[in-house]
Amino acid sequence: MHFEARFSAVGGQGIILAGTILADASHILGLHAAGSPTYTAQVRGGPTKVDVIVDSDRILFPRTAAIDFFLSLATKSYLRFGDNIKPDGVVLVDPNLVEVPAEDREKYKNFYEIPIIQLTSDHMGRMVYTSAVSLGAMVALTDVVTEDAARQALKTRAPKGTEMYNMKAFSVGYDIAAKMKEKGEYVYSM
Amino acid sequence: MGSFTDTGGDIKFWPGNIVVAEAAVAAGCNFFGGYPITPSSEIAAHMAMLLPRNGGHFIQMEDEIAAMGSVVGASLAGAKSMTATSGPGLSLKLENLGFGYIVEAPCVVVNVMRGGPSTGLPTHPSQADVMQARWGTHGDHPTIALTPSFHQELYMETIRAFNLAEKFRMPVLLLIDEVIGHLSEGVVPPEPGSFEIINRIYSDVPPEDFVPYDTSNGDIPPFRPYFDGYRWHTTGLNHDHTGFPTTIAKDVEADERRHYRKVTEHRDEIDKIEWFLAEDADIGVFSFGSTARAAMVAVKQAREMGIKAGLMRPLTLWPFPNIQVNEWTNQVKKLVVPEFNLGQIVYEVERSVHSDMPIKRITKAGGVPIAPAEILAGIEEVA
Repeated sequence: MHFEARFSAVGGQGIILAGTILADASHILGLHAAGSPTYTAQVRGGPTKVDVIVDSDRILFPRTAAIDFFLSLATKSYLRFGDNIKPDGVVLVDPNLVEVPAEDREKYKNFYEIPIIQLTSDHMGRMVYTSAVSLGAMVALTDVVTEDAARQALKTRAPKGTEMYNMKAFSVGYDIAAKMKEKGEYVYSM
Repeated sequence: MGSFTDTGGDIKFWPGNIVVAEAAVAAGCNFFGGYPITPSSEIAAHMAMLLPRNGGHFIQMEDEIAAMGSVVGASLAGAKSMTATSGPGLSLKLENLGFGYIVEAPCVVVNVMRGGPSTGLPTHPSQADVMQARWGTHGDHPTIALTPSFHQELYMETIRAFNLAEKFRMPVLLLIDEVIGHLSEGVVPPEPGSFEIINRIYSDVPPEDFVPYDTSNGDIPPFRPYFDGYRWHTTGLNHDHTGFPTTIAKDVEADERRHYRKVTEHRDEIDKIEWFLAEDADIGVFSFGSTARAAMVAVKQAREMGIKAGLMRPLTLWPFPNIQVNEWTNQVKKLVVPEFNLGQIVYEVERSVHSDMPIKRITKAGGVPIAPAEILAGIEEVA
């Protein structure tokens, strides 16, 4: 098994944490993980990403070649980092924040549009849960790690006292994405 | 860069720079003197957090030069000391690194290599400081430099760097690069007590009889720290066993040769090589550090194509494993040397082998690491 995930956003949205939790969940399942964040002078507000490779064997070359899952929460990160995605990979964008080039909806077989930030705001009231909502949606749309492993990893990483809220946020993303996948819907509708 | 440093369970998902800091403290490091420089700064930041909690001291000095000075000074006061930097910083540290060699101050200097000469490519990797590590500071001196590739290995090699420094009373370099420094992967820190920790040999003579460079019992003089009642003179000038300067030719030469012997006579304790599919290889690939990871992929792919390729991956790059390379060339017919620079360590490979051995260089600059396909192409070309 070999899986390449890319979480992209603008600095400060907390997507690096989502990558870390994916890695932890992989470790729980006995898989190997390697994560490479972008490393630029732009920490807040600049386009940022983290690549996480998951493999059943030891990861030798730690850079991505063909991405299986791509998340974007900002147009500038979508344009900058939305390359090398497999045609049958899963693309997940927040349509309120990403102006998607129309042809991309045809280019990728599994192009999902879920208003992650709006959902986080509505259900959680705090944007700090964006990464947990994103992760939930990702786990539902891909089969890289199990829901149990992802929840366990998230719970362990969550700051004390926020475990319950993180679980709830994970469910928000997971339930919506799972339902869309089941129904074959690619654009979230309220 | 976000923080991966909190713990997620038994397997830590740490960037290489954090691995270095954690392992250093596990090895007994209790002093860090540094000056922030990309892409090594996370080591300093993490040490600033860890050391005060572990009874150690962290100090950010006014510049790279002073940082290296503080590390040598702390070592002479008995600390297990470390600094971390990148190429431009190491350029500034070199004078005091040489001071560390001549006064025989055990310490660890980490270089998280970045691209380019001068300020170069601060946020991108290279392996272009390998000759600087060997010959950067002036004069004759032995060098020990370690080049791990994987994070678990990085943890253990950081500990080994301290052990070698303490054992042979000399600075030891840990050469990684931006790829390793910022890559996060799983690490299981070993239980304290499950790995060897070597401490420098202390002299047990009374203060009035203490001779700071007493080599009557071997090439490594027993140590006494400053500030515990023993007084001794420290100088960057060539000195005799008393620690005071000398220009007597035979004493100077004998002392410089003794420094060399600390490494040349203990190669079996210093050399370390990992072999990968090398036993029956016809095409030998020689690669170290982050590039060796790409080389492993290329070797596997070559095998799938029916090419008998194998990898020699030195964890100790300096002293250079010239004998082991030479012996391997009795078996392999051709060599491929990928390195993330414009050709440095290949010179050492070339002079270690029979002169008619074909050697394919794979070199690169620009900040984008050598990919497996580039190495595979080199293997195919010579196969």
